[in-house]
Amino acid sequence: METLQITAATPESALLDLPWRVPLEEWPAEVLAALPRGISRHIVRFVKLGKRVLAVKETRDHYAFREYELLRRLQKLEVPCVIPLAVVTGRLDDDGEPLEAAIITEHLSFSLPYRAIFSQALRPDTATRLIDALAVLLVRLHLAGFYWGDVSLSNTLFRRDADRFAAYLVDAETGDLHRELTPGQRAYDLDLARTNIIGELFDLEAGELLDEEVDALAIGDALLSRYDELWNALTQVESFSADERWRVDARIRRLNDLGFDVGELAIVTDIDGTTVEIQPKVVDAGHHSRRLLRLTGLDVQDNQARRLLNDLDAWRAHTDRLSDSEQLVAHDWLLHSFEPTIAAVPRELRKKLEPAQLFHEILDHRWFLSQREGRDVPMPEAAVSYVEQVLRHRPDEAMLSSDDDADHDLLLG
Amino acid sequence: MATVTFDHATRVYPGTERPAVDQLNLHIEDGEFLVLVGPSGCGKSTSLRMLAGLEDVNGGRILIGDRDVTDVQPKDRDIAMVFQNYALYPHMSVADNMGFALKIAGTPKAEIRQRVEEAAKILDLTEYLDRKPKALSGGQRQRVAMGRAIVRQPQVFLMDEPLSNLDAKLRVQTRTQIASLQRRLGVTTVYVTHDQTEALTMGDRIAVLKAGLLQQVGTPREMYDTPSNVFVAGFIGSPAMNIGTFDVRDGAALVGSASIPLDASVVSGLTEADNGKVTVGFRPESLDVVAAGTPGSFQVETNLVEELGSDAFLYGSLKGDAVGDLSAGDSDQVIVRINPRNVPMKGEVINVAIKPGQAHVFSAATGNRLG
Repeated sequence: METLQITAATPESALLDLPWRVPLEEWPAEVLAALPRGISRHIVRFVKLGKRVLAVKETRDHYAFREYELLRRLQKLEVPCVIPLAVVTGRLDDDGEPLEAAIITEHLSFSLPYRAIFSQALRPDTATRLIDALAVLLVRLHLAGFYWGDVSLSNTLFRRDADRFAAYLVDAETGDLHRELTPGQRAYDLDLARTNIIGELFDLEAGELLDEEVDALAIGDALLSRYDELWNALTQVESFSADERWRVDARIRRLNDLGFDVGELAIVTDIDGTTVEIQPKVVDAGHHSRRLLRLTGLDVQDNQARRLLNDLDAWRAHTDRLSDSEQLVAHDWLLHSFEPTIAAVPRELRKKLEPAQLFHEILDHRWFLSQREGRDVPMPEAAVSYVEQVLRHRPDEAMLSSDDDADHDLLLG
Repeated sequence: MATVTFDHATRVYPGTERPAVDQLNLHIEDGEFLVLVGPSGCGKSTSLRMLAGLEDVNGGRILIGDRDVTDVQPKDRDIAMVFQNYALYPHMSVADNMGFALKIAGTPKAEIRQRVEEAAKILDLTEYLDRKPKALSGGQRQRVAMGRAIVRQPQVFLMDEPLSNLDAKLRVQTRTQIASLQRRLGVTTVYVTHDQTEALTMGDRIAVLKAGLLQQVGTPREMYDTPSNVFVAGFIGSPAMNIGTFDVRDGAALVGSASIPLDASVVSGLTEADNGKVTVGFRPESLDVVAAGTPGSFQVETNLVEELGSDAFLYGSLKGDAVGDLSAGDSDQVIVRINPRNVPMKGEVINVAIKPGQAHVFSAATGNRLG
């Protein structure tokens, strides 16, 4: 009797074509996508389904449903995480023996596991930028009431975000959503994060995959200080005398600079009105990306948006249109600067990076050219030079190919 | 090593009125293996997390040894959550996988090696210490994960449903390993599970919780033989105890066609709220199959027999006038352990009697044990 059940918000019959009667560990190479895998306690495989790549993880029924629900709730809270697609239960092998349930998530395109980032030998401050991204993610999760329970680099995916990284939660199986986290939950999450990150870096060190100058302990500690800094900026109560009202605006601007919008600000004045206390109550990440989306319809990550907005402002000044409406100028910038620049990149190379990331890198490249040549190099020219000198030599990051290190998925349970 | 004390410990989640854990009083002895067990939402995990420092304590306090840790940060409580992270690092040796947390804490190398070797000896991993994890079997990898907690030499081990994501076979295997390991190490351990079989087989003592309230704490034997209320009686034991509420007449409970005599003290203890009824429980193995007409016997019609080789359990319906609301666990049938070599057919009626002294009697009104 066929008992296979697929639970999904949007049912996809193509999922039925996957070899559910075979244990995931033995799935044939032709259905698998060669992608680097993190360290997991479960069996995880990436599979090709049409043009998409999905991540399939085997676990017990109860846990699969639980994680699926949690990821859906996190998605609704607009927390950066992988998108859950379905849970498959009732699997039987050819002898009728039950197989573990599977949870399916969509592979985040252009995302990079930390091992891939380190093995590319990027700039020496790569580790610090990863930690910054993870600190932002952890603060956002904690603000949303999510206790992770197993924070690690392995349970996170990174995407390039202009000159930084943006972090996404991948594994929610140990997590829990609460109305509000206790200080103990936050402290424990952080402590575990530190231990796990240092452990992961020790491991890279043991495998000679880490630059000798990288200090694992210092990086682990950096997470704590970055987290505290950001948490305090976002939640701390600030008090000042009533004639310093400008400090309200200053606080909001500071949060905007950190990439957050203030949805609600509690302002308390004491009885005689001499001191004022303010505390952000609702903050939403994505200040810059929301503004760019509103102006241009481009949906990109926050630091990419910040970079694009800066260019938009520069373009506006350069074209002498400071008095025109921002919306109108943004539209023209998109038409006359952004789109032609992206179009100058040959189609087959364009898919190596996200368009916003390409634009950001071409901006960097233009700065570098202009410095060298002592003149203002126009964007189209910079784009051509960038393609020849940089992009051609870069790996394709839409789906980074596996470094085929079978050790990467050591399994337990 | 240390004792653990919950002293009127209470947790109320913000926005709720009923405490998730209500005035928990529990003293765990040094070196004891205590299992917190109960259905989902009973407060067992919340209690453990209060001890770990993950949940606020809104009333009462928690002590580890003589130290009040109610407001102490999780990492400063000298406890270890076992199996929290069991991903093993592929490029590091087994020894480094076990000892890396000590390295982070700045423990001298020689001491790390010594503690790792001690733990490896207990865990039977000595010969693998210098190998990479990929050379290990699934069970051995799990022991490395345990080793991570052991080398830290904490005062208390905490385990929150550690076996729940293992398959049935590995679960039974690991269950035995954890229990024997804990006894060898002698570290005070608090273990949470929803599975009463796990609780019975692993714990020195078991604490049963329901709706945030501690129901009973005792050794597995005490919990099984003298459950202090109907909830514990029904929760502990597999298959479950047969429990039903019956009329009391002339100092006896009327069960099916039988009168089960009650102790005088039980009868005199009945109150108006009991409305002339008692709740009677008897385990499947407390029933003897007897000849028809035996005094105190009642009839059961066979619906199904589950044969387990060494044992057989008959699931049937109580016959007679006073069938009450008899049920056993999730089933609304009466369960009888019978001789597997003499199994009745479906529809066959057998006569059974409760073995002397093996009926459990509870107040129909409060559910508390009367005798």
